[in-house]
Amino acid sequence: MKAFAILIVLLAMTGTADAAEIRVGSKKFTESVILGEAVSHLIRDAGGRAIHRREIGGTRVLFQALLKGEIDVYAEYTGTLSQEILAGLKLDSNAKIRAALAKRGIVMGRRLGFNNTYAIGMNEDRAERLGIRTISDLASHPDLRFGFGNEFMNRADGWPNLRRRYGLPQKNVRGLDHDLAYRGLEANDMDAMDVYTTDAEISYYGLRLLRDDLNHFPVYQAVLIWRAGLDPEIVAAFRRLEGRIDEAAMGRMNGRVKLDKVSESEVAAAFARTSLGVNAIAVDESMWRRLQRHTMEHLTLVAISLSAAIAFALPLGVLAARRENIGQIILAIAGVIQTIPSLALFVFMIPLLGIGGPPAMVALFLYSLLPIIRNTYAGLTDISPSIRESAEALGLPPGARLRLVELPLAARTILAGIKTSAVINVGTATLGALIGAGGYGQPILTGIRLDDVALILEGAIPAAILALMAQGIFETAERMIVAKGLRLKPAA
Amino acid sequence: MFILEAITKSFDGRIAVGPINLEIATGSATVLIGPSGCGKSTLLRLMIGLTTPDTGAVSFEGALVTPDSAPMLRRRMGYVIQDGGLFPHLTARGNAGLMAKYLGWTQQRIDDRLADLAALTAFPIDGLDRYPAQLSGGQRQRVSLMRALMLDPDVLLLDEPLGALDPVIRYELQDELREIFRTLGKTVVMVTHDIGEAGFFGDDIVLLRDGVIVQRGDIRSLVNAPADPFVEQFVHAQRSVADVLAETRS
Repeated sequence: MKAFAILIVLLAMTGTADAAEIRVGSKKFTESVILGEAVSHLIRDAGGRAIHRREIGGTRVLFQALLKGEIDVYAEYTGTLSQEILAGLKLDSNAKIRAALAKRGIVMGRRLGFNNTYAIGMNEDRAERLGIRTISDLASHPDLRFGFGNEFMNRADGWPNLRRRYGLPQKNVRGLDHDLAYRGLEANDMDAMDVYTTDAEISYYGLRLLRDDLNHFPVYQAVLIWRAGLDPEIVAAFRRLEGRIDEAAMGRMNGRVKLDKVSESEVAAAFARTSLGVNAIAVDESMWRRLQRHTMEHLTLVAISLSAAIAFALPLGVLAARRENIGQIILAIAGVIQTIPSLALFVFMIPLLGIGGPPAMVALFLYSLLPIIRNTYAGLTDISPSIRESAEALGLPPGARLRLVELPLAARTILAGIKTSAVINVGTATLGALIGAGGYGQPILTGIRLDDVALILEGAIPAAILALMAQGIFETAERMIVAKGLRLKPAA
Repeated sequence: MFILEAITKSFDGRIAVGPINLEIATGSATVLIGPSGCGKSTLLRLMIGLTTPDTGAVSFEGALVTPDSAPMLRRRMGYVIQDGGLFPHLTARGNAGLMAKYLGWTQQRIDDRLADLAALTAFPIDGLDRYPAQLSGGQRQRVSLMRALMLDPDVLLLDEPLGALDPVIRYELQDELREIFRTLGKTVVMVTHDIGEAGFFGDDIVLLRDGVIVQRGDIRSLVNAPADPFVEQFVHAQRSVADVLAETRS
């Protein structure tokens, strides 16, 4: 209970941001992270305090976070703003986008310089053999297998309209992670994918970009967008990036990170030093500092969500066992929650609670309910009628029967449920990184993005160890809580 | 002690008990007997309020037994069931003292009372700290009896208390149990299906069939003046060793 209180206090402390602190956001792809780092360097150079909330998620997560004031500035693309975020408004110029954003209290800067639009990429040799040069050429090869990033699958300018525009007949189309798609193409598991024109992998893997002969893809000029009312000095500082990064420079920086394994912070700092004359120093955490932070974040997620789930599910399980009809409803609802894919459950929380720790904790809390409720219910209803009635015949009132007889007898089953919840919780908490909650999922996500197995293991191994430890802790608790009389073999 | 008036109780539309009128006198030893399914256990459960009647009323010492009043009234009743119903997570001491502890007795007072009860029931003092799983069947029933007697109840209700024991131990315990009842002088209501056991314990035997009372009286009247052929058949249904020997000789 005491540890629980301390955790809540810690959480409250991390939740209240310092007034002078500028929170920079980035999407979960390398270019966005580099730009976030560059913005952070420039803010620091101007004497501001920058916190970079890296790889929070996709477009919607970032834009929502900006609207809610959870982040102050991030790099966006004009095409994404007009085609996706403000798609209903049919905005056809940067001036109109700027005006629409202003109504929402958001300022859009001038373009950073490069245009990072979508393109369709194919393996050069394969494209040559099939004679494919333009997207229109794809129409005569209906058997080609496409693998598109999950965002591209759904956005207005993505696959659905691309297919309509070009009349593409392909049926074998899969959605997958953008970074994994390159490897799928390399392994010949698929024939074409969506790429961003500044992706470093295009030259690395030797891809042919198919010409957009019908001009389907809009222009994706990179811009910074920020909340109106930020300190003008700070704004002036990060606006120094405007007009300074062309496609070649961005592609090179992406390559430095993805192919040469240099950190985003270092790449952005080098750019700031050479192109802007800013004395930027990369702020890279040591592996141990990073591990410490992820451990703390992960433990906080698990401890708070699991404690709340125990406090909530135990009484529900008791109620379910006491009132059979209510019990069936409770178990059904908890069962339905469990069937929601965990990723979806995390994303559902964003409109309600924003990004970061709290929505992740609520999702984990909901996920931890069922095993505890079900085992409490089972443990209580499995008590033999003769024992239950003996307690009743003594004259013990219902509350005392529960406390003195029924819960102690059900303790082992209930603890088994809590143990299951704890292990599921530790594993599922890695998904919290998708909505900016940090934890061991963060190095796993970054590791997938950078194709860096060591980084993936930096999240996966501690998560596995933590799951084993949680199991060990509850097994020890079982020895202490479950009465000795229940662990004895009955006499012959 | 108990007055049951115009009681009926059915389970799943089938009448289990009733209509029954029955009065249990203070200080008497009454045995409820009959074939399986005759409603004798249900009758006992109605008295302690573990089951509520569909019609009619049960009163105990002038107080109506209802779901609301039952918890308080039960403190003045001791209840022992066939398999003992001991709580496996508590020692013999914990089982017998559970209710007293809940009522705020000091451990000293509980231990003193347990020492008396252990002497009365011939239960070894060092067995008090064992768990039910570590006790024999006969010892478990002694603990169950101690638990029932802990608060010095006005009445003891026993539902086939010796039913799960093997014959030799059962025979010994019958002797001891009758001795205990005589020492205590309490009102006793016992359920059994064994006519010999009924005659051994009860000065007042209530024979039931299909939920109604067929005959009531002492063992002599049941044997000598059976109310109908069923009573006669029931009284003679158990084979004695003498019967068996006689049969094999012929």
